[in-house]
Amino acid sequence: MSLNYDQAIEKYEPTLGLEVHVELNTKSKMFCGCATEFGAKPNTQTCPVCLGLPGALPVVNKKAIESTILIGLALNCSIAPYSRFARKNYFYPDMPKNFQTSQYDEPICTNGYLDVEIETDEGSKSFKIEIERVHMEEDTGKSLHVGGNTGRIHGADYSLLDYNRAGIPLVEIVTKIIPKTGKYAPQVARAYVAALRDILRGLQVSDVKMEQGSLRCDVNLSLSRVGSGKLGTRSETKNVNSLRSVERAVTGEIIRQSDRLEQGERIIQETRHFLEESGQTRPGRSKEQAEDYRYFPEPDLVPVVPDSKWIEELKKTLPEKPADRRKRLQSAWSVPDKEMAAMVNAELLDTVEQTVLLGADATKARSWWLGEISRIANDRNVFPTDLISVKDVAEIIALIAKGELTDKLARQVLEGVISGEGSPVDVITKRGLKVVSDDSQLMKAIEDAIAASPDTAERVRGGNIPAAGALIGAVMKATGGQADAAKVRELLLKHLGQ
Amino acid sequence: MSVRNSASQMAAALANKEISSVELTNQHYEQIQAVDKDVNAFLYLDKEGAIAQATEIDKKRSAGEKLAPLAGVPLALKDVLTQKGVPTTCGSKILQGWRPPYDSTVVSKLKSAGVIILGKTNMDEFAMGSSTENSAYGPTHNPWDLSRIPGGSGGGSSAALASFEAPLAIGTDTGGSIRQPAAVTGTVGVKPTYGGVSRYGLVAFSSSLDQAGPCARTVLDTALLHQVIAGFDPKDSTSINQAVPDVVAAAKKQDVKGMKIGIVKQLSGNGYQKGVENKFNEAVSELVKLGAEIVEVSCPNFEYALAAYYLIAPSECSSNLARFDSIRFGLRVGDDGTKGAEEVMNLTRQAGFGREVKRRIILGTYALSSGYYDAYYGSAQKVRTLIKQDFESAFEKCDVLVSPTAPTTAFKIGEKANDPLAMYLNDIATIPVNMAGIGGMSLPCGLAEEDNLPVGFQIMSPAMKDDRMYLVGGALEAALLSKWGKPILDFAPKLAGSK
Amino acid sequence: MSAISRDEVANLARLARIAMSDAELDHLAGEMDVILGAVARVQEVASKDVLATSHPLDVSNVVREDLVVASLSPTEALSGAPASEDQRFKVPQILGEE
Repeated sequence: MSLNYDQAIEKYEPTLGLEVHVELNTKSKMFCGCATEFGAKPNTQTCPVCLGLPGALPVVNKKAIESTILIGLALNCSIAPYSRFARKNYFYPDMPKNFQTSQYDEPICTNGYLDVEIETDEGSKSFKIEIERVHMEEDTGKSLHVGGNTGRIHGADYSLLDYNRAGIPLVEIVTKIIPKTGKYAPQVARAYVAALRDILRGLQVSDVKMEQGSLRCDVNLSLSRVGSGKLGTRSETKNVNSLRSVERAVTGEIIRQSDRLEQGERIIQETRHFLEESGQTRPGRSKEQAEDYRYFPEPDLVPVVPDSKWIEELKKTLPEKPADRRKRLQSAWSVPDKEMAAMVNAELLDTVEQTVLLGADATKARSWWLGEISRIANDRNVFPTDLISVKDVAEIIALIAKGELTDKLARQVLEGVISGEGSPVDVITKRGLKVVSDDSQLMKAIEDAIAASPDTAERVRGGNIPAAGALIGAVMKATGGQADAAKVRELLLKHLGQ
Repeated sequence: MSVRNSASQMAAALANKEISSVELTNQHYEQIQAVDKDVNAFLYLDKEGAIAQATEIDKKRSAGEKLAPLAGVPLALKDVLTQKGVPTTCGSKILQGWRPPYDSTVVSKLKSAGVIILGKTNMDEFAMGSSTENSAYGPTHNPWDLSRIPGGSGGGSSAALASFEAPLAIGTDTGGSIRQPAAVTGTVGVKPTYGGVSRYGLVAFSSSLDQAGPCARTVLDTALLHQVIAGFDPKDSTSINQAVPDVVAAAKKQDVKGMKIGIVKQLSGNGYQKGVENKFNEAVSELVKLGAEIVEVSCPNFEYALAAYYLIAPSECSSNLARFDSIRFGLRVGDDGTKGAEEVMNLTRQAGFGREVKRRIILGTYALSSGYYDAYYGSAQKVRTLIKQDFESAFEKCDVLVSPTAPTTAFKIGEKANDPLAMYLNDIATIPVNMAGIGGMSLPCGLAEEDNLPVGFQIMSPAMKDDRMYLVGGALEAALLSKWGKPILDFAPKLAGSK
Repeated sequence: MSAISRDEVANLARLARIAMSDAELDHLAGEMDVILGAVARVQEVASKDVLATSHPLDVSNVVREDLVVASLSPTEALSGAPASEDQRFKVPQILGEE
């Protein structure tokens, strides 16, 4: 008997744990001076250190330590007064030394938290996600599997290794177990990763591009019978590479695990892989025997002992926390909760803020970005800022404010800019879209309209104001829509003694 | 000028243009040609590179350029340090044919000081051993008696010095691999303070114990070479960022009046050859005659040093040697298109590593594995603390500590090859120094009466006080030389074909 | 009673990625037993109140600035590779974990 999600969640309580790996955006690698550029030609960014050649030795990148401390501070962690690197010993071809220089029982940041909010039918709900540790380590190289089922590891004839990525600084952020999220587990997981990503972006310590792998998430999930109070066996789903996937992976695992439990089977503690196409997970190749990583203190490196002065200096550089910033902007712009959430979800908060900083009215900026521009972007399956720059949008809004464009005209200008006709002013000039604001020209059109419909004019004179609509329509038509309707109305009524 | 002269004498002759560096280098290649078929000190000769380097130095000298003191003097390099483009095997099959694309910091420093690198010397595979019998390329023979071991792991370097194939050599010392070979070949070897010489480009055996150091036939030559290779290196996080003590001045000073010299009670007695103890005691008497004060000190935890060493070094080596996996460099075995990467890796490591290396990798893997870590690796680390404390309290009472370097003189090749524990005992007096990261020197103090083979005298000095061992070593060497009337190597039987 | 069994040695050899014949395993198990018996002495003095020393140096915070320095050329990087293709290191098919 298969349960659907709602049934599964009624019977089982999910417990989450999230491990996020972030590639730092340092210029050089964690332990050597090789560049970290994404997409460089294979093995052009390698040296004896990151190739693990015999005799080579690591030296820690100061910026990587500082970025990690900043992450810890932003996540309300304690910064360890004494921290060490350790070797995690296991063999894998993409790991040059066959040990990963990481941190084990002496991580640099511990015991933090991050508050995340989700929107639900019952209003917004807040969850405190506790952070177990934040530690430094290094990335591995990349393998390309050739022959057989190309790209896939199974059935490949051989593999080709590129060590450009090997040694890029990674920070691992591990949550404590996240209990009691109930049916919101998928949303909470997503919201946590999103919130974390915003913080990292704000700190400018990483590109946080999930699609390029600079932010990767492993999802740990277990189920227990509601009310049992016992933790179940967890699975670990590796490398979930988009926010949407995080949510789907959690949902998928809840359904899969509940299925097994319903069939009286046990959950195996294992590593699973998320399948982007189906939203399900499949097991990794299980190993015959458990790995034993044989961690021990890295003898080629010395301890990291951050003194309070160093930490204080770093604290001073911390940007405003995303949650605080949201609150500040919401109140400055007087945006209702729901709209604020919409803006955050659409990932347009930064864009709207930048538009406002260029002088645009906050309400206008929000409605343009979330309305017309988002609509076109959705149709074309791109991100709004891919269509038009913040500067052009701010300019359009400024022209509306000055009365040089009507909303209707502005939409035409927007379309022109998007289709590459140049700046808003270029489009206005090329398309001749100037608002008709010359009063004498307007008056001539009004007089023509009255002359064409004397009866209607008479009714308006007699106090039937709504009847003016027909006359205004005629004027607008005569001016090709380039007149400001409000202005037409004002002049018309005045002219007819109202 | 003869290959039997000291490096300082050669340097003086070069400076006075009595001989060119090319001539001197060629003389050494002739000596190697004559004796190395019997000694097997060298794994690789870089004649082309050395002559090019010597030519360059000669050119600079005739152009009147100011050159470093040892410029133009030849040297033998232990095959565990990388030299760009020159094969580096570490005495192992797994690195056969590997030419590193970079210079170790020691090699960079030698090159910029104009020291001529003749070639790479034989060693126990990955520096694991005390006899050079663990080399995959055959053992090196002790020039004093070709049927005996030249010490290890740096037996190639010590034998090259003792057979006059080179006046200078570089060794590395993890548990005694510079000092014990020096002791059994009648040469001088120094393990500097840990962090005193960069480890960048030294193929790691045990990272927290390894230290490269100078080897020569006299204390002064050793000091001159020490000065060249020592100093802070930003490429090695464990390199000490402090000025190098003036070891050359100390070696020349020859004054130990009023110095307090501690004899470590635990480094004598049971297991020490009678002749070794006798020569050691005679040397101590010389120091007394020179005005030094002798203090007996007790270091009770030294008793556990050997056991701790054989946990720490294998643990670190099990991790350090993981990179020899057939992918980026070195040997690959069994890649016939039917096997996966892991199997090829397993087969390569089976074929590429020798028995002692495998033994230590397995031992280290065990000591670090979950469930055994605390009892083995963890306990060994605690012993390390106790040994450090023993040294600290000993150095409160004296300026340097002394002991025999090795418990016996050179033993026969094959004698201990099948008994790892007996072999490990060779390092019983040298290991504590590595555990604490302090400095240690071995210099010859005579021939044991039983076998007429050289005995080593070990001087230990506190961290970054390396000058003290040169001070005592220089003074003792001078006193012994005047007692003997000639350098100790002049007592050695002449090798066939030797100059 | 031996401290270490042949199976345990086989498992260690697997962890250390060294293929071993039955004869090698047997021989090594015997040697390991003797060696472990000797080195276990460290436990005699390793009491709880003794701190561990993993490294002889007493320095901390050795770091480098975040500066890019020249890498090896791909030719140099690949110069020691037993096999390569398309400027990458070539290895037999990778089985095991993805």
